[in-house]
Amino acid sequence: MIFTHSNRAPEGANQYRARMNRQLLLGAEAVAQGALDAGISGVYAYPGTPSTEITEYIQRSKAAREGGVRSSWSTNEKTAYEAALGMSYAGKRSLVCMKHVGLNVAADAFMNSAITGVNGGLVLAVADDPSMHSSQNEQDSRVYGRFAMGPVLEPASQQELYDSMLHAFELSEAMRLPVIVRITTRLSHSRAGVEQRTAVGQNPLHAEYAPERFVLMPHNARSQYRHLLDLQPTLEELSESSFLNRPVEGKGPVGVIAFGIGYNYTMEARVAHGLDCRVLKIGQYPLPRKMVNELFDACAEVLVVEEGYPVYEELFRGYFGSPKVRGRMDGALPRTGELTTDLLASALGVPLPETAAVPSMVVNRPPELCKGCGHRDMFDAINIAIGKHADHHVFSDIGCYTLGALPPYRAIHTCVDMGASITMAKGAADAGLRPAVCVIGDSTFAHSGMTGLLDAVNDRSPLTVVIADNDTTAMTGGQHSSASGSKLVRICLGLGVEEHHIRTIVPLRKNLEENIAVLGEEFAYEGVSIVIAKRDCLEKAAKEKRRTAATGK
Amino acid sequence: MQKNIILAGVGGQGILSIAAVIDWAALNEGLEIRQAEVHGMSQRGGAVQSHLRIADHEIFADLIALGTADLILSVEPLEALRYLPYLAPDGHMATALEPFINMPGYPPMDELLAELRKSGRPVLVHAAEIAREAGSTRASNMVMLGAGAPFTGIAPEKLEAGIEALFGAKGREIVDINIRAFRKGLELSNT
Ligand code: SF4
Repeated sequence: MIFTHSNRAPEGANQYRARMNRQLLLGAEAVAQGALDAGISGVYAYPGTPSTEITEYIQRSKAAREGGVRSSWSTNEKTAYEAALGMSYAGKRSLVCMKHVGLNVAADAFMNSAITGVNGGLVLAVADDPSMHSSQNEQDSRVYGRFAMGPVLEPASQQELYDSMLHAFELSEAMRLPVIVRITTRLSHSRAGVEQRTAVGQNPLHAEYAPERFVLMPHNARSQYRHLLDLQPTLEELSESSFLNRPVEGKGPVGVIAFGIGYNYTMEARVAHGLDCRVLKIGQYPLPRKMVNELFDACAEVLVVEEGYPVYEELFRGYFGSPKVRGRMDGALPRTGELTTDLLASALGVPLPETAAVPSMVVNRPPELCKGCGHRDMFDAINIAIGKHADHHVFSDIGCYTLGALPPYRAIHTCVDMGASITMAKGAADAGLRPAVCVIGDSTFAHSGMTGLLDAVNDRSPLTVVIADNDTTAMTGGQHSSASGSKLVRICLGLGVEEHHIRTIVPLRKNLEENIAVLGEEFAYEGVSIVIAKRDCLEKAAKEKRRTAATGK
Repeated sequence: MQKNIILAGVGGQGILSIAAVIDWAALNEGLEIRQAEVHGMSQRGGAVQSHLRIADHEIFADLIALGTADLILSVEPLEALRYLPYLAPDGHMATALEPFINMPGYPPMDELLAELRKSGRPVLVHAAEIAREAGSTRASNMVMLGAGAPFTGIAPEKLEAGIEALFGAKGREIVDINIRAFRKGLELSNT
C-alpha cells in the first residue's frame, strides 16, 4: 500500500503503480524508494511526523524483504543513529530517519559521526515541520548540518528526492562523511509521479580496523577534526557541480536565491505572474560560493527564500547588515511558518488577488481523541482522583494523550520533549510539589522515560508515573512499540520500583470507581509508584483487522 | 490544461480515497500531479484538506495559491467554507450536506446553507442518502467524486476506471456500489 494512513484509502493501489513507469509517491516514499534503489542494507528510525512514512514504505516493500533490508523500529533516534553508524562501519549502506526534534535526541551520535566519518554510505533523512503542523517547534535541521560541517542535500521535488538518494550515498562514501537529506512536511506529504531507475546492489560486509578514526580519544579526535576542516573546500567544490544547484536565467535588478522547496514557490509565482527575475536554486550545501557570488554581483537586491529558519539569510546579511539582502528578517517574507506561492508573489511585488474571506461561522475544528479511546477514561479517572487536591499539576509527554490538554479534559499541564514528563515531575517533587503525577505513553516511556525513572528511584522521589499503555505508537499511525504489556512491568521492576507499587488498571467506564481508588492510593504514596493504564488503541486494533482481512493471516 | 482542486473534510472521513481515484486517472492520462495531504495530529478528527493539482505541463508548487482553485470538493458542509479564500472567481464548489459535529459552536444548518449558497451555484449533495441507495453509506465519498467530476478536467469514464482499479481488490460488489455511487453523484451535477 502506498497510503500510509491506509485505513482511509482503498486497497489495490499497488496494482496500478506496477503498470506505470511513473509511480505516484509521497516525498517520504521517494526517499525510501531512492534509498532502496541505492542499495541500503538497513533503515533505522523512530516514528515522527513527517518522517514516519519513509520507514513504513521500506517495511512494506517486497524488494526490501527479498533483499533482507532490516527495517523494524528503533527505541529512539539515538539508538537508531548509532545502529546505522554501526552498519556503515561494517561497510554497508544504511539510512536513518527521524523528525527534526528527533535529531536533538540523536545529536550526540550525529555530531561525532562527522568526526569519525563513515565507511559504507550513511544518509540521515530528517524531516522538518515548518508551521509546526505536528511538532513543538520548527527548528531547521540545516543548522545541524552546518554545525557538523557535513554535506546537506535539500531537494525540491519528489523526483529530485528520489534522484538525490543515490547521489547522497555516493557522496557519503566518496567523502566518508554522513550526509543529511533534509525534507519538510510539504514535500514529505505530497504525492507526485516519480520515475524509477535501475537499482544498485548492496555493499558486501567489509569492516575495517580504523581505530585512528573511530576511537575518539583526544589525539585521534583532533586529527579527525582537522581532516573534516580540510575537506571543506572539496565539499564546496562538489556543490558547484551538483545537479541540485543551478541558476535560472532571468533579468532585472531583483534576484532570488531559493533553497529547497522555496524554489517551487518562487517558480510558481514566476510562471503565474509572468516574472522574469534571476533565480539561483540551491539544493546542496555547503553553498556553491561561485554561483552565489554571480547572483549577488548581477543583482541590486536578492530575496532569500528559505523554508525554515533564515539560516543563510543571516549569513548573507552579516552582523552589520547588507542592504541588498531581503527575506524573512526584514519582513519581505514572514519570519515564521511555511512559505506559499502567494507569500513569494507578494515579496516580489505582485499584489495579492482579492479573495473571499472565511465566513465567521467557520469555527476551528481541533483534533480530538478518538471516540471510545481508552485515554478518555484514563483522563476522567485522573481528573477525579487528582481533583481532590485544589492546586494540582500533571506533567505529560508526546503522543495521542497530549490531546488530553484540550477541553473537555484539560487534564495535563505540560508537554515539552520525549520523556520530560517523568523527569519534570521528579524535579517538581524535589521542589516539594505533592502529588507529583505524570502521564506517558508506552512507546515514549521506552524512548526516553526509563532513564528518568531510574533517577527517581535512586532518589526515592515521591512520584506517580501513569503509563498509558495502548501497545502502539498511536499518534503517528500505529507503529510497533518497543516496550508494552508485561515487558513494561519487568522494566519498572528492574529499575527498582517496588512490586506492590506497580499497579495496572483498565481504563473503561465501568472501572471508573476502582481506577480512581487505585490512582488515589498511589498519589498518596511517598515514593515512586507506577500505574499502568492498559487498553489497546482502537485504531491499532482496526488496522490489524484490516491487515488480517487483506492477507488472510 | 491545469486544474487546482481542494478536497476538504474531517480527519477519518476518507478524502484520500477521492484523491487516489483522481490521481490514478491523471497518472494514466500522462498528466503531471501534485497532491499534498495532511498526516499527523489533525487526522484525529481535525479539519483536513488535500491540495490536488493536475496539469499537462510542469507543476512547481505542491500548494494551491489563493483564489485559484477550480473546485472545492468537500465531504462536510462547514469544511467546504473553510477554504473559500482559495476558490477562483469562476471556480466551483460541491459539498456533502451531512454535518460532522465534534466541536462546540457548530452553526445552525439553515445559516450554513445560506452561506454556502452565497458562493455562486454550489452543488449541494445529500451524499449519505444517495450512497445508501447505491448500496452503502460508506460510498458517499464516491458520490461526491461524481458530483465534482465535471470540474476535474478528467473524463468520467477515466475516473470510473480509477474506481475499478482502486477498489478492485475488494471484490466486484464493492466496485459496483462505488461506481453506482459515482454515477448518481455525476447525474446531480449534470442536471
Ligand atoms: S489513535 Fe488510538 S490512542 Fe490515539 S486517540 Fe485514537 S484510539 Fe486513542
